[in-house]
Amino acid sequence: MSDQGLSAPGTAQRRSVIDTLEIDVRLLGMLMAFAAVAVVFTIWTGGTFVGPRNVFNIAVQTVPVAIMACGMVFVIVARHIDLSVGSMLAMCSAIMAMSQTTWLPSVFGTEYGNPAVLGVTVVIGLAFGTLMGAVTGWLVGYQRIPSFIVTLGGLFVWRNVNWFTTNGQSVSLTDPNLLMFGGTEGVLGATASWVLGLIAAAIAVWAIFASRRNKQSHGFIVKPVWAEAVMAGLIVGAILFFVGWLSRYPIPEAKLKRLFEAKGVVMPEGYTAMHGLPISVLILIAVGVVMTVVARKTTFGRYIFAMGGNPDAAELSGINTRALTVKIFALMGFLCALAALVAQARLQSHGNDIGMLEELRVIAAAVIGGTALAGGVGTIYGAILGALIMQSLQSGMAMVGVDTPFQNIVVGLVLIIAVWVDIIYRKRLGLSK
Amino acid sequence: MIDRSKPPVDAVDRTKPLVEMRDISISFGGIKAVDHVSIDLYPGEVVGLLGHNGAGKSTLIKCLSGAYRKDAGQILINGQEVEINNPRDARDQNIETIYQTLALADNLDAASNLFLGREIKKRGIVDDAKMEAEARKIMGRLNPNFRKFSVPVSALSGGQRQSVAIARAVYFNAKILIMDEPTAALGPHETQMVAELIQELKAQGLGIFLIEHDIHNVMKLCDRASVMKNGQLVGTVNVKDVTDDDILGMIILGKKPAHLAA
Repeated sequence: MSDQGLSAPGTAQRRSVIDTLEIDVRLLGMLMAFAAVAVVFTIWTGGTFVGPRNVFNIAVQTVPVAIMACGMVFVIVARHIDLSVGSMLAMCSAIMAMSQTTWLPSVFGTEYGNPAVLGVTVVIGLAFGTLMGAVTGWLVGYQRIPSFIVTLGGLFVWRNVNWFTTNGQSVSLTDPNLLMFGGTEGVLGATASWVLGLIAAAIAVWAIFASRRNKQSHGFIVKPVWAEAVMAGLIVGAILFFVGWLSRYPIPEAKLKRLFEAKGVVMPEGYTAMHGLPISVLILIAVGVVMTVVARKTTFGRYIFAMGGNPDAAELSGINTRALTVKIFALMGFLCALAALVAQARLQSHGNDIGMLEELRVIAAAVIGGTALAGGVGTIYGAILGALIMQSLQSGMAMVGVDTPFQNIVVGLVLIIAVWVDIIYRKRLGLSK
Repeated sequence: MIDRSKPPVDAVDRTKPLVEMRDISISFGGIKAVDHVSIDLYPGEVVGLLGHNGAGKSTLIKCLSGAYRKDAGQILINGQEVEINNPRDARDQNIETIYQTLALADNLDAASNLFLGREIKKRGIVDDAKMEAEARKIMGRLNPNFRKFSVPVSALSGGQRQSVAIARAVYFNAKILIMDEPTAALGPHETQMVAELIQELKAQGLGIFLIEHDIHNVMKLCDRASVMKNGQLVGTVNVKDVTDDDILGMIILGKKPAHLAA
């Protein structure tokens, strides 16, 4: 900082540090809220809350809502809403449950648990989810029916087509290949997790400095090197801490014995293994990274934000906003199918009420994460963080014995307060009228 | 950026019309917003479109910019009949429009707005740094005081927003420029800037349709003026041959001045 001598001491100094680091203040606020939740429950539970086991559980429980929240960011940014995501999740889950247990085995004459059947099932599920979303998008984009109405209708329709798909029965799912997607049954172990964590950290550092080089090549002023280094350090630290923490959560001995028996070997005395990263969390991270790149670095993402900022301007700039609407909802449907895969694997069954009321959690996660219902504003990382904050709150309250009704009251209040604080913050900054 | 390698002004054939709109009609729910109107535009010429609010001038021009679809009539560009069904078609004909409402996405920065719909890409991804560099170049020419490249355009003043909108039209080598009250939201200094820009673009052989309420601006900037009333064309006059009052008369009375009507 060359202007150090000029800036007033105290607040100005502090503000300039945040400015120099170019940290989004809103992100900072969410991280602080998240930290506050973590600290309060850690003290309240005497440390159990931040134990590797609970961190693992919170991460795994957050995944389905967080995956869908990523898609919801695009929907809401484009000035739409999707109330049918919970029902679409149930519908995709029903299709996948039936095709892997009944339909495909009877067509191919294979047994339940055949990996090829699961592969085809996943493709069918994802395709069906995308199709459902595309139909919604067509009704909204080309037929100009308000998305609130189309998806409110979809909420009823898909929830009950789901019921007919399985004849109202729950479907038990035991295929170990499927259960891998659910969390505890599909983990990488400590070594692989560390390797992946180090690779991710290296990519993050490379990305930061590649972006810096690109800016410099056009002669723009860039952050001082120390600021880039601090940001890189924070990100690398967060990645490695997360990986390291989950790699300290041991797999129970009884389960290890069972796994060894399944292979027909006797478990060596004193053998231990750690959970490490769950596959479902990796799926979420992949979705988060891809969606962030799409939002910031592709024309598709740029057009979504333009359409949210000013639909007429987008149209007059030659953007085909109708086709864009179809794509946005199709992507939402695809992510619902992905969330359905994770959810049914975690629950090890498909039940009629799977994904019930999830639409509200998904919207809440996006909104807590800073997505503006008026459109044009929102971030993927914010939505994931929003989902994480909600899940942490709920998990923490459950741990200290708060009743379920009261848990929901708190989550509802947090939603309102999050938006309230955001409005106050924007008013202070003069960002809104 | 304006292509400096373009043929010199004299090489532009100013005798053949750039745009001919023939017998254009468009109705909304039984109301004839534009009723069999024909206007044309030559290279290096500024044609003012005048009339009361609701006279149909904006509607007429939106048929050219692709925002509306005409019900009947022909549009010829360089003597060739073209179909303009949406803004993309208009862009393909090198028609650029600066709208009265500015048509900017408030939540995006200047460079994103400038390149909206025509982003510069590198290996399939949007190259923001390159776009910002290009935006800085053109804005440096149009509005040297412009500095706010990294904030959403909602944080800009009316004049700054207008220069973003103009930069967008100018950057992509427009041959036909439509300006819908470009100075309505501007202060005197910025209005002067726009006037100079219009002169410069004109000298480069662009054809400009200027929708304008201010008669002084019309007299100053335009070569010809077409006046509309109640969806119909009152007439087109050479600005040199008429006075302010003549044009005012056409707008209010819907009649050509006596010395030209004969």
